[in-house]
Order: sequence, then structure tokens, then C-alpha cells
Amino acid sequence: MSELNDIIKDENIVLKKSPVLTDNVMHYCPGCTHGVVHKLVAEVIDELGIQEKTVGVSPVGCSVFAYNYIDIDWVEAAHGRAPAVATAVSRLKPEKYVFTYQGDGDLASIGCAEIMHACSRGENIVVIFINNAIYGMTGGQMAPTTLLGQKTATTPYGRDAKLNGFPLKITELLAQLDGTCYVTRQSADTPGAIRKTKKAITKAFQNTRLEKGVSVVEVVSTCNSGWKVSPVKANEWMRENMFKKYPIGVIKDI
Amino acid sequence: MAEVKLMKGNEVIAEAAIRCGADGYFGYPITPQSEVMETLMVRKPWETTGMVVLQAESEIASINMVYGGAATGKKILTSSSSPGVSLMQEGLTYIAGAELPCLIVDVMRGGPGLGTIQPSQSDYFQATKGGGHGDYHLIVLAPATVQEMNDFVELGFDLAFKYRNPAMILADGATGQMMEKVELSEQKPRWTEEEIQKMSGDWATLGKTKNRERNIITSLELEASRQEDFNIKLQKKYKAIEENEVRYEEYMTEDADYIFVAYGTSARICKKSIQELRKEGIKVGLIRPITLYPFPTKPIAKFADKVKSFMSIEMSAGQMVEDVRLAVNGKVDVNFYGRMGGVIPTPEEIVDEFKKTI
Repeated sequence: MSELNDIIKDENIVLKKSPVLTDNVMHYCPGCTHGVVHKLVAEVIDELGIQEKTVGVSPVGCSVFAYNYIDIDWVEAAHGRAPAVATAVSRLKPEKYVFTYQGDGDLASIGCAEIMHACSRGENIVVIFINNAIYGMTGGQMAPTTLLGQKTATTPYGRDAKLNGFPLKITELLAQLDGTCYVTRQSADTPGAIRKTKKAITKAFQNTRLEKGVSVVEVVSTCNSGWKVSPVKANEWMRENMFKKYPIGVIKDI
Repeated sequence: MAEVKLMKGNEVIAEAAIRCGADGYFGYPITPQSEVMETLMVRKPWETTGMVVLQAESEIASINMVYGGAATGKKILTSSSSPGVSLMQEGLTYIAGAELPCLIVDVMRGGPGLGTIQPSQSDYFQATKGGGHGDYHLIVLAPATVQEMNDFVELGFDLAFKYRNPAMILADGATGQMMEKVELSEQKPRWTEEEIQKMSGDWATLGKTKNRERNIITSLELEASRQEDFNIKLQKKYKAIEENEVRYEEYMTEDADYIFVAYGTSARICKKSIQELRKEGIKVGLIRPITLYPFPTKPIAKFADKVKSFMSIEMSAGQMVEDVRLAVNGKVDVNFYGRMGGVIPTPEEIVDEFKKTI
């Protein structure tokens, strides 16, 4: 024990929590991807030195309390409306870095019109899109991105295209719009993937200063409690199934 | 020398917004108020005062843009008409719940549903009783003239910022479309960032600085007792608004045996009816609520001890009449006459209908 205390000293610290991340205990389930992505957003804000210049817009969904964890000014939007809220913040405070943080239900279902038109207008904002193919907060119902055959509380026998429609590849749609400058799909399941996601988030925030339009970073994510598997199994299931429908990589970069 | 012009009510809303130093307008076209945004787009205030003007993809988006804009402590407005304002109700309850100041202009048309594009006053309930979910109120101003369309833009913003509460100008299609002489306000500068910092720095999303906690605009509180505490705080604010901000006009009430209660276009028509009735020796006066919320309950109650009866005249099936009855509290009869579906009553038919009650 005394040996360990000898090691835990300031001069030996190689990595520490970003000061932009608050000390609040996260409400997320163990194994949830939100915590990792929150950490990445906080680190990017810290490293770019833009804490005073950043305004976040949080969604309705599991990450509704994102404002408890990242130490910046926040606007909590109504379900799906974050891109409209961010549009106004960005236009009225053009010197700010404005981002939305949205889940698949928020962005791809109820907020489909708002995200499409914010992207179509080319608003100078960043969109962080967490796609875990399920509604986590309300207890595991079908999301627009739920895979065919995937069981949820409202597709208890598996998503059936005839009954429930098809999974929506919203990110590919957004890439088609003239107002998006950077659209990428990443994940956060391995250290390598996390590094790539962080790079993508950094690039997205840098695009704001270049006034290039909307940058969209989708993070294909897990919801082990909603999917009803262990965190390890969730990552395996995501790689086997989600990545086929939602392939990882840059979709648009201009 | 004040600038006097002949203008449409809707055009005046746009002009008054620019002149009072508004920072942003977000809207979606809908008859009978589309001239508000059209006028702004012609005036290009982003080149002069720096005001942002944006046509949104829907009223849902425009009210949420108002929410985002108001979160930055700036003077933001939108305008719409009845079906569009129905779409805005979600945003309005969030704005009320987050205690954001802003201005909404509703130029009413007849409903329900897609209804008609003709003038109506059938959204009184929606405007004055909350409209969306939860216990909240908008501050509601009812202009009867194009001049008041001008004056209430600044007044609406003043009240909205005084109480950190959304304010609404509830006009009808006639006041929006009608051209009248108007004395325009002087051009005022927009607030500087320093002024906004001083005024709203403790709550607005101006960017978190090292010397303060982060500002969070939200209406969410999962813990029931804390949500109730917030509700109690809101109700205290509404109480203060009810005590301090009641505005109304009295017309020929001093010797009145009967009182008409009417607002907006209906009130103007009632003045003509009252003149006709007085020629016949029937002494009628008018109370015209200028604030619909807070409603002039006490002034109406005061007359309940003096007059023989009241009559509420509205372009609706009878909405404000409920508040008149609550004020009169059964002391004398409260009658109602209304036209619906975009039909505007004539002074003569109001006279005839009133005579049936006495």
C-alpha cells in the first residue's frame, strides 16, 4: 500500500480528468457509451481552449442531463428541437462554438425535420449523434435506427419491416445535404475507436471556426441495459450487427 | 419629430421590432400575418441594427429558435396565426418553464382546424390560460389599433424582461390587415453585449467564465418537491403580474347602467354600438381589457355593484365571458354576444342583441 502511495503523486500523473468535466457522478448505466463521449467532448473543449466560448444544447433522452457533466453553459431543448435551438444560439452569438448532443430518437425520429433543415441551411454548428438503436430513457422501445429483427419493448418479436418500417440511415441522408461539411460515423468500443472519435469531434469543433457549415459526428453506441446483455456482449453485438448497417468511417469531408 | 405613416398592423409589428432594438425574429409564413416577416426581409435590419431574421421550416422550429435566442439574453420575437400558434404550444410551455423573456405575436384567425383566414378571437383560452401543458401563463396584450400594434411590441418586451416570462400580443386578423395612421417609435440601439451581461449574466448562456457557475436553461426537475417549489415560485410571479400589470380602457363608464366588455376589434365596434344606444338614452359603457392576462378582474368587479348587467362581445363562441362572470361573481347578469368563423359583428347587431337582454 505504501508503495502505491509513493506512485500516486502529481509528478507521475500521465492522464487526468479534464477540468471541463464536472465531478458529478454520472447517472448512466455501467457500460453506457454516453460517459465516454461526454469525456471526449469535455477534453476537446479543454484542449481547444474554448470553454468560455462553447454553448451546448442537450436533448431529451438519456443524455438530457448532459449539462450536469460538462462545465459549460447549456440550453436543454425540447425533444428533437436541439438543432432549432442551436440555430438561434449560433446566429445570435456567432463567436460561440455551438453543439447539439442528441440520441437516435431525438435526432432521427421526433427531431427529423429540425436536423434536416439545420443541415440544409448549413448552420455553423456541431452535431454529436449517439446511435444505440433503442430508446434508453423510456425503457428500451424501438428507435428509428433499431435493426430489423432487433427485439425491443415495442418490437418484442423483433423489428419487422412490414409492421415497423426499416432502420433509418439518417447520417447518410444528412451527408446528402449541401449545408453539411463534415459527416462521419465512429464508435467508442475500443481505445483505438475512442481516439478516432475524439479526432472527429476535434475536427468538427474546428470546422465551426472555419464557418463551413454543419459537422455531424455519429457515434455508433451500445445500450446494454436496453439491449439486455452485458456491456462486453453489447460491444460484440454492436460490432457484429450495427456496424453492418451503420459502417464506420468518414461519409463526407469537404 | 415623430414619424407618422399609414401602415398595416402586421407591417407595424416588423417596424416596431426593428425600432425597439430587437435582436432576432424567427417565423414561418401563415395568413393573415405573413407581412410581418415580409416587411422584415425587405427592411434587411441585419444590415442596419444587426437584427437576425430567419424563416424557419415550421412554427415548431421557429418557437424553438425563439427559445434558443432568448436563452442568450437577447430580445427575440416570432409571429404567427392561430394554427401556427397551436404548433408553438410545446415551445411556449418550455419557454415559460425555463423562464425566458420573449415576444410572440398571434394574429388570430377562425378555427378550429385549418378553419378560415378571416379575423377571429377564438384563441382567448389558448392564450390566457396557458395553452400548453403545465401551470403557466403568458402575459397577453390585446391591441385594438395599429398604433397599439406598434406600442405593444416594446411594452411586450419590457414586461417579458421584467418578469422573465413570455409575452404575447394577441391581435386578430382585422388589426393585422387594417391600415391606419401610426406614429412610429424612435429607433433605439440594440443592447450591447455588456448591457446583456449586466442584465442577464446570472442566467443567460453567454459562455461560462471562470468566475461563475455554468448557466443552464432548462425546465427539467425530476424531484417532485423541488418541482413543486419551482411551481410555487412561478405562481408568486403570476400573482405579482396580476397585482401590477393590469391594463384596461374605460369608455363612457361614468354614468353607465350597463357595461360591455370587449377587446381588440370587437371593442372598437362596441364603441359605435354604445354611441347608438346612448342616442336612445340607454347608458352603456365599455371596459376594454388591454391585458387579457392579467385580466382586469377588479375593475370589472367594481362595476358589478353599480350596473344592471354586463355583456361580453367577442368574435368567438364565448371565451372571455367566463372571466367576466368570475369577476362579476353572480351579482348581476353577464350576457354574451359573439360571431364565429371569421365573421365580424356589426354595431347594429350588437345593439339589437343587447336590447334583447334589458
